[in-house]
Order: sequence, then C-alpha cells, then structure tokens
Amino acid sequence: MADASVSPKDSFHLSQLIYDSRYRSLTIQTVAMMLLMLGIGWLVYNTTVNLAALGKDISFAYLWTTAGYDINQQLIPYTSQDTHARAALLGILNTLLIAVLGCLLATIIGVFAGVLRLSKNWVVSGLMTVYVEGFRNIPLLIWILIIFAVMTEGMPQPRDFRPDENGVAEASMILWNTVAVTNRGVFVPRPVWGDTAWVLGIVLALSIVAIFAVRSWARKRQEATGEQVPVLLIGIALFVLPTVLAYFVLGRPVTFDSPVLGGFNFQGGTQLRNSFIAIWLALSLYTGAFIAENVRGGILAISKGQSEAAFSLGLRPNRTMQLVILPQALRVIIPPLISQYLNLTKNSSLAIAVGYMDVRSTLGGISINQTGRELEGMLLLGLFYLIASLLISSVMNVYNSRVKLKER
Amino acid sequence: MSEAHAFSQAFVRGEMLPPAEAPVTERGAVKWLRENLFSSPLNALLTIVSIFVIWSVLAHILPWMVNGIWDASSLTECRAIRDERGLDSAACWAVIADRWHQLMFGFYPQDLYWRPILAFVLLGVAVAPVLYGSLSRKMLWFSLAYPFLAVWLLWGGSVWGPVSVAMGFCAGWLALRLLSTVAGTLAAVIAALLAPVLWWLFAAAPVAEYLTSVLPVGLTEVASRDFGGFMLALVIGTSAIVLSLPLGILLALGRQSNLFIINKVSVTFIEVIRGVPLIVWLFTASLLLNYFMPPGTNFDLIVRVIIMVTLFASAYIAEVVRGGLAALPKGQYEAADSLGLDYWKAMRLIILPQALKISIPGIVNTFIGLFKDTTLVVFIGLADPIGFSNLIRADTAWNGIYWELFIFIGLLFFIFCFFMSRYSLYLERKLQTDHR
Repeated sequence: MADASVSPKDSFHLSQLIYDSRYRSLTIQTVAMMLLMLGIGWLVYNTTVNLAALGKDISFAYLWTTAGYDINQQLIPYTSQDTHARAALLGILNTLLIAVLGCLLATIIGVFAGVLRLSKNWVVSGLMTVYVEGFRNIPLLIWILIIFAVMTEGMPQPRDFRPDENGVAEASMILWNTVAVTNRGVFVPRPVWGDTAWVLGIVLALSIVAIFAVRSWARKRQEATGEQVPVLLIGIALFVLPTVLAYFVLGRPVTFDSPVLGGFNFQGGTQLRNSFIAIWLALSLYTGAFIAENVRGGILAISKGQSEAAFSLGLRPNRTMQLVILPQALRVIIPPLISQYLNLTKNSSLAIAVGYMDVRSTLGGISINQTGRELEGMLLLGLFYLIASLLISSVMNVYNSRVKLKER
Repeated sequence: MSEAHAFSQAFVRGEMLPPAEAPVTERGAVKWLRENLFSSPLNALLTIVSIFVIWSVLAHILPWMVNGIWDASSLTECRAIRDERGLDSAACWAVIADRWHQLMFGFYPQDLYWRPILAFVLLGVAVAPVLYGSLSRKMLWFSLAYPFLAVWLLWGGSVWGPVSVAMGFCAGWLALRLLSTVAGTLAAVIAALLAPVLWWLFAAAPVAEYLTSVLPVGLTEVASRDFGGFMLALVIGTSAIVLSLPLGILLALGRQSNLFIINKVSVTFIEVIRGVPLIVWLFTASLLLNYFMPPGTNFDLIVRVIIMVTLFASAYIAEVVRGGLAALPKGQYEAADSLGLDYWKAMRLIILPQALKISIPGIVNTFIGLFKDTTLVVFIGLADPIGFSNLIRADTAWNGIYWELFIFIGLLFFIFCFFMSRYSLYLERKLQTDHR
C-alpha cells in the first residue's frame, strides 16, 4: 500500500514522452500542432508565391469602388454607380429576405404536412407521404428549376389579360382583381403609407404588449384562484380591434396600389420576380418536407401514457395538448427545426440557378468577375454565411440548454 | 322487483333470435369509409379536398404521360405528330429516347459504355457484403480492391497505375504487421503511416512505368472532361460517401477528445465547413484551389470536387456521429476504462459499434443529402444531368423542352435516394437489440 503512493523516480527519460500517460497527451498535441502549423504555413507560402507570380495583392479597397452593375431586386435604393459594398449589402438583404420568408412558409407547410401525415385518414396521409418522399428524395436544384419553368413557361403572358373583341380575356387576375400571375412574375398590391401610418404601428405594438400583460395576469389569477380566463379570445380581440379602430379613426392612412394592365405589362403594385417566387416556393416546399418529418417524429416520440395520464387528471383534450404533449414534443421538434432553418439559409445560395440576386450573386459573383478579387470575395462571402450560421446555432444552443432534462 | 317483473310478463320467448345484421353504416366498405375518411366534418372536408387535388393533378398528367410520343427527332416533329393524332397534350419522350445516353454517360465514348456499366454492376457486388451481413465475409476482399478496379475501368489507361497505388496500402499494412511484433505498436503505426507515403512519393510512378513496359495491359484512356450525366453524379457521390465516413468518424472522435488542441482544431474545422454552403466550397475548389497549391500543380476538376464534397460531408457525418457518441450512457465509457482497454481499443470494441448504430439514420440521411448535392457541380462547369438538360435545350431541335427532362432526371435521383432511405430503415430494424 505504501509502495503504491510512492511516486516514480524523478529522473526523466525521453521515452516517458510516449509511454507515460502524463506526458503522452502533451506529446501528441505538440506533434499535432506542429503538423498543423506546417500545413498552414505551406498553404500560406503557396498562396503568396502564386499571388506574387500573378502580380496580385490582397486588398479589400475594391469594396469602395463603383460596382457598375444593376441589381433587379432592391430592398434599399441602389444604382449601378454605388459601391461594391452597397451591392453586397443589397445581396445580403435579398438573402435574408428569402431566408426569413422561406423559414416562415416552410414551418407552416411542414407543421401541416407533419400533422396530416399522422392522420388516420388514408387519403390525406397518403397524399402527404407522396409530398414528403417526393421532395426529400429529389434534389432541391431540380425543384427550383421545375418551379421556375412552371412560372416562365406555364403562366399566361401579360397580354393574355387584355380582353379581345368579345370582351373575353384568356387569363384573369385572382383574389378580387388584385393579384396577377404572369410569366413575367406575380404582381401584388403595394401598400402606400400615409402621413399618420406610424400611429397604426404604435397601436399594434401597444396591443401586443397588452396581450402579454393579459397572459401573465391570467396565469397568476389561475394559480391563485383556479379560475381560467379565455386568453385566446381576448388576445385575438386585443390584436385586431385597436388597430382596425385606429385605421378608421385616422381616416384610412394605408391604401393599396393594385397592379393594372397598361402597355405591354402590368403597372403599379409590386412585382415579385419569377426568380424570387421559384427560389422561395422551392426552398419552402423542400424544407417543409423535412420539417414535416421532424414534427411527425416529435409527436410520435411522446408516449401514449402521457396523454392518458393527463386525461386521468381530468384535463380536457385541448388543455392536454397545450400543457402536456406540446411542451414535450417541442423539445424534440425545435432543435432539428432550427437546423432546418440553417439549411434553408445556406440553400438560398442556390438562387444562382434562377438568377436571383442574393449575396452569392453580388458579393461572391459579379463583384468578383468585375474586379478579379476571388480570394477576398470568397473570404467575405464565406464569413457572411459563417456568421449567419453561428448566430442561428447559438440560438439553438441557448434553447437546448434551457429545455435540457437535468441528469447527473 | 323480480317478482313484479315476472308477473308483468305475459309471454317469454323460448328461443334465441338470430343476430341481426349490423346496420349498413357499421359494416363493409361504408364502415371503412365512415371510420377512415368521413369520421368528422373536418376529416370529410380534408378527404374531399385531397381527392380533388389528386384528381386534378392526375387528370392533367396521366393523359400527357400515356399519350407521350417516343418516336421523333425534334420538338417540332413531336408537336406535329401530336396534332396529327388529335391530342390535346402529349409528352415528348422522344427527347429521352434520343439523348438518354448523354443524360446517363455524358460524352463518354459510346463504344466504351460497357466500362461504366460494368463498374456500376461491380459496385453492387462490392457493396453487397457491406450492406447485408449474411453474405460471405470473403467478398469483402473484393470490396477493398473495388475502388482501384473502378478507377481503372472508368478512366482507363495502364492497369499498373492503380495497382501501384494499391501497393502503397499493402506496404503500410505489411509494415504494421511486421513491425508490431518486433518494434512495438507505436513504431509500427508510425512506419505504417510513413511507408505508403514514401512509396507513393518515390516508388509508385517508376514501378508502374516499369511494369507497363514489361507487361502492357491497359484500356483506352478517357479524359475527365468526357465524364458527365448521371454517371458523374454517381462517381462523385460514391467516392465522397466512401471517403467521408472514416474522416467523419475521426473528426467526431477529435471533437469528443480531451486533448485541447485536437479538440479545438476539430471543432473549428467542423463549424467552418458546416457554416458555409456547399456551393461556396465548390466555387472555392474551382476558383481558389490553384492559389493554395504549389505553382504549376494542376489537378483534375473532378478530383477537386470529390475532395471538397468529401470534406463537406465529413463535417456533417462528424456531427451525426458525435450525437451518437453523446447519446451513449456514461457507464459504457467507464466500463471500457475499467476493463483496462486503451483509447483505440475502447472506441473500436465498445463505443463506436454502439454509437454508429444509433447514428445510422443520420448517416444515411447525410449520404442522401450528399448524393442530391452532387447536382450542384453544374455551377462550376461540370456536365451533370442538369448540365446536360441545359445543353440539350440549347440544341435547336429540342429548344423549349422542360418537363420530360426534369421528370427523367428527378426519377433517377428518386430511385437511388429512396433505396438508400429504405435501406436505412431495414438496417435500423435489423440492428435493434433492445427488448420490446
């Protein structure tokens, strides 16, 4: 016993670096570090030699020179005389627009498809299975191209909307003459903000605050007295009524500018380009199929005993869903859901297939072609996507650590 | 109570009545319909809407597909035949009949089609013992030799090139075997890593040249730029799948490791690769890789793409495997330690078999994603099926043809991906060892 506590002799042998577990990890790490440094040094050396041979340097000054190309979807004002940096910003905004709208639509589609796929209704669940398997097993790129072709080849031309001599047009606008679906894009009404429109925004924000206040009040009340307040109804009323009231009191500060057929194309309204529609729908349908599977898996993962236990406590079906099933299912559903959002954001770079001007196409495409700064452009592009991904996954990590089951 | 009851009865039936048939609504097809399709108003509405959707889709597509025209040389001819037959709409399958070989093989020489086909059939043979454990283990030797055989069949050239590369692996294996008894494990591992590298750097090329001059066995060479169509997707997909799995497992182990530097390097690699879309990596491969290589290096675009896709997929595999490793109860790690196993033995014998089993669905999903992502190579100028669909449309004869090509390509990918997902379900069931 006493012998075991005696530490080995102080004398240090070189072989201890390998055979003594106290030093071995250090040895391995030192060797790994050296190899890594060698590798990186080799790459950097090659790059400098190659750049020198081409007579190039690394400089980001090109970002502040005139871009000289047009961008067909502008969320903020831009002309071809603006800088490359501003063009990149427009690209970033376009990418974020697709990412946010895509995530929204994909979630809606995915939740519906996932729930319907669990339905006992044979026709409905079969239809949803076909949808999910079809989109999961065929490349996204093909779907983007198909939807783009449907838009450009399958939709009527603007001139088909013009009535002929008999007053009959080949195509007509939908949704009470406000939306025109043509092969040049979808024309939708554009809101025109009046002088007092900002009041509406404040009213809406206030009513959202009020909804949260009512919720927490109702919860406290229920915990104290056991009485339930119809929070949902009050919430909907609070959300809709004040804003609508303010809208009419202020004398309709927001009007809509509907597209009207004029000349060879539709005038007025907002034109949603085919490239936008194609990439948006394709991304949403494709990611929706994956989300549907996550939702289905999450609901199936909750054992039947949970709902039986809730029923035996006397909870009604909707309260069971709300208080017992959903909180547990969401813990299973949300992490993969967020990584699907991440995938959707990265997949939006496939916009290249239909010419949607996203960040890859401005910062990582035309700007590179015009300035010959591949290294810098690709670096910035990679950084943008990396930061976006890290932001999304840090949100996921925060969520995961909050809902984690506590173990030993 | 019973007495009063007995007196009030004037007549008691002596025999049992035959059981009445269930009401119409509770039997047969009507019952099934009521229970499954019309159990509630909402359900009924869903059924009607679904049937309407199915009907309206099929009513458009079925006649179009069935009436398809197979025998024409251009889209205009197709339309002429369609009008002649008095059809409203008809698919022009003639484009598939005319160009299927390009969609499948690209510009691969037509008289050499037997080589990719043979390579594909042999791929089945090589993969079978890996997929189905019931087959003889001896077939695994063929699986090991297959990559070299496939490279030789596809690219052609002298047989001795691939053979001498394979000999490098043999050299490593020999070094490990011979030295581990003589000089200890560590020296043997170092030698096993060094021997193949030295062989490839200095001996492989001369040996191959010498053997070719002595015994010239070879096939016609086919350049990489002639590769295309679905064959290209298969070549890139299969190589990347095979190469990314071991790399991904190593990365996952690195991320779980206690060694600070190894851990941080793995984490950085995985997060950087996963954080950037594949398309950006592919552009990096085509635009920037030449900057990072010694001047004058020029290697094949397909090889570059395979390397990039492999690195990309391995980061995803690493995350999936890490999930599996994390899902194992701590007791398994402690048990391996208490048995006195060293790190690699513990991983190989106890941890990885269980962790990989848990991660099979995720791994197969990653493979499916990888295979679908091979379509992105069209953006860096490789002629995959989508690239060929654009090329075919650029031809005046087939200008304006979309759906037939998309359906054909989509179906090809669907078959492969669907097979993979079904196989993963089969494997999950087979490996399920817990009690139910």
